[in-house]
Amino acid sequence: MSIRIENLTKYYGQQAAVKDISFEINTGEIVGFLGPNGAGKSTTMKMITTYLTPSSGKIFVNDLDTEENSLDVRKKIGYLPEQNPLYQDMNVLDYLKFAAELESVPKENMSKSIKKMVDVCGLGEVQHKDIGELSKGFRQRVGLAQAMIHNPEVLILDEPTSGLDPNQIIEIRKLIKQLGKEKTLVLSTHILQEVEATCDRVLIINKGQIVADGSPDTLQSKFEGKANINLILKKDSVDKELVIRSISSVRNVDKARVTKEDEKSLSINISAVKGHDIREDLFRKIVSMNMVILGLHQEETSLEDIFRQLTTKN
Amino acid sequence: MKNILTIYRKELRSYFNSPVAYIVIVVFLIITGWFFTSNLFIGGTITMRNVFDIIPFIFLFFIPAISMRSFSEEKKTGTIELLLTKPITDGDIVVGKFLAALTLTSIALAFTFIYVISLTFLGKVDTGSIIGAYIGLILMSGVYIGIGIFASSLTENQVVAFIISFLIVFGLFLLNKILIFLPTALASVLEYISIDYHFNNIARGVIDSRDIIYYLSGIIIFLLLTKTSLESRRWS
Repeated sequence: MSIRIENLTKYYGQQAAVKDISFEINTGEIVGFLGPNGAGKSTTMKMITTYLTPSSGKIFVNDLDTEENSLDVRKKIGYLPEQNPLYQDMNVLDYLKFAAELESVPKENMSKSIKKMVDVCGLGEVQHKDIGELSKGFRQRVGLAQAMIHNPEVLILDEPTSGLDPNQIIEIRKLIKQLGKEKTLVLSTHILQEVEATCDRVLIINKGQIVADGSPDTLQSKFEGKANINLILKKDSVDKELVIRSISSVRNVDKARVTKEDEKSLSINISAVKGHDIREDLFRKIVSMNMVILGLHQEETSLEDIFRQLTTKN
Repeated sequence: MKNILTIYRKELRSYFNSPVAYIVIVVFLIITGWFFTSNLFIGGTITMRNVFDIIPFIFLFFIPAISMRSFSEEKKTGTIELLLTKPITDGDIVVGKFLAALTLTSIALAFTFIYVISLTFLGKVDTGSIIGAYIGLILMSGVYIGIGIFASSLTENQVVAFIISFLIVFGLFLLNKILIFLPTALASVLEYISIDYHFNNIARGVIDSRDIIYYLSGIIIFLLLTKTSLESRRWS
């Protein structure tokens, strides 16, 4: 089950929330929409799920147009909207039954699929409670259960872990990862660790446009900037200036400066020319100067850096 | 049809899971009960006339109160997005909610049968006009509910929804009362629009197709408006 988006644009009044984006999501992929708040993630999801219609452009879910075959598309999709809206006054089982009926789950499979969702999402102990009484973690699971009750081929989850505590986040991520094995899954988030932890592919969206597309690893290597190395030396009689000068003389070192100095140690930050690993040369140089290394650490370009780079420009 | 039923059952259950249904029915019976008994014991006449006269007036407040939450609450909590992304049409949702509210008012009305039954022990009642009045009241409440649901679909604020539907309903109700101040040409048009005028016809026991058509078209117009208002999210 693939999703194809062609030149999608959405205006809210004069303002474009999504500007001419195109991409394709293949069957079985777990794709993360990453972007700051207001980047157009939710708007895009709302259009895929047919809640909103595009101002221009087309969306195809398994070659079905979301505008012309709206009802057929909806049958294929399980959707967890932002903020996970739920009917507070219904109890969990009633609610799942309601969702199953709306999704036209056949009567004979009804209780089986409800039971399956209760098991998969770990709702056993709260199944007879009103949704309004549940903790946020359980509500989120009810939201997921509701989205999957008809075993959809595509799952669209808008910020599935927002507002949860760290333990709950880990649980929900585990659940998502498990589900993603069988389904095409699109989730949005503004938490970077989330995509690193769960997604095969990341789409970074900023101001309504896709600014990066790729697996977390490819993005990392693609956007790797200058390598940054933090070096801590044991302080001895050697002159600071001399140390800096000799470090600067190492091949491919761009710049070196002292960042911290106390009685025992000297911290130096070194930036290297892009694409070179200078650690070995650096080590040999320092040893040759007869100094002691207390720490040597190279900073990796994290998804976080890429994200910040891409979304704070202009 | 199946989807309408699913929505209908859920709506009806949420009326009866909250105090709304019980408060509405109890207060409705207290007010109609007062008018029934005072007429019977103080006036000494065997008639439902007073009760039937007061019910349209009670509906003026009650039906906006019943229907104000139907879409407003879904909009406020965001559940409308869940509902509208399920494989059901907007029309199914509107009709399901309409029928649930209509059922609630019909249940309230059904309780007033007690008055009719007790009257039959005391003397002869005019069966024709009573049946007519009930049909008229159900049709009339249908139009009120249509208006209420429409108002509710316009806003996520229930109080605003109540006020909008009350104003529209009250306007339609009042038309008949201000006719004497208007020129005759205008008066006959407004008389046709007036909800009360048609009810008075039916309550006399004369079931005229014109009155039925008036009510049914009122219901259909407001349900279509509601559907349009739901679809307006897609306009841009």
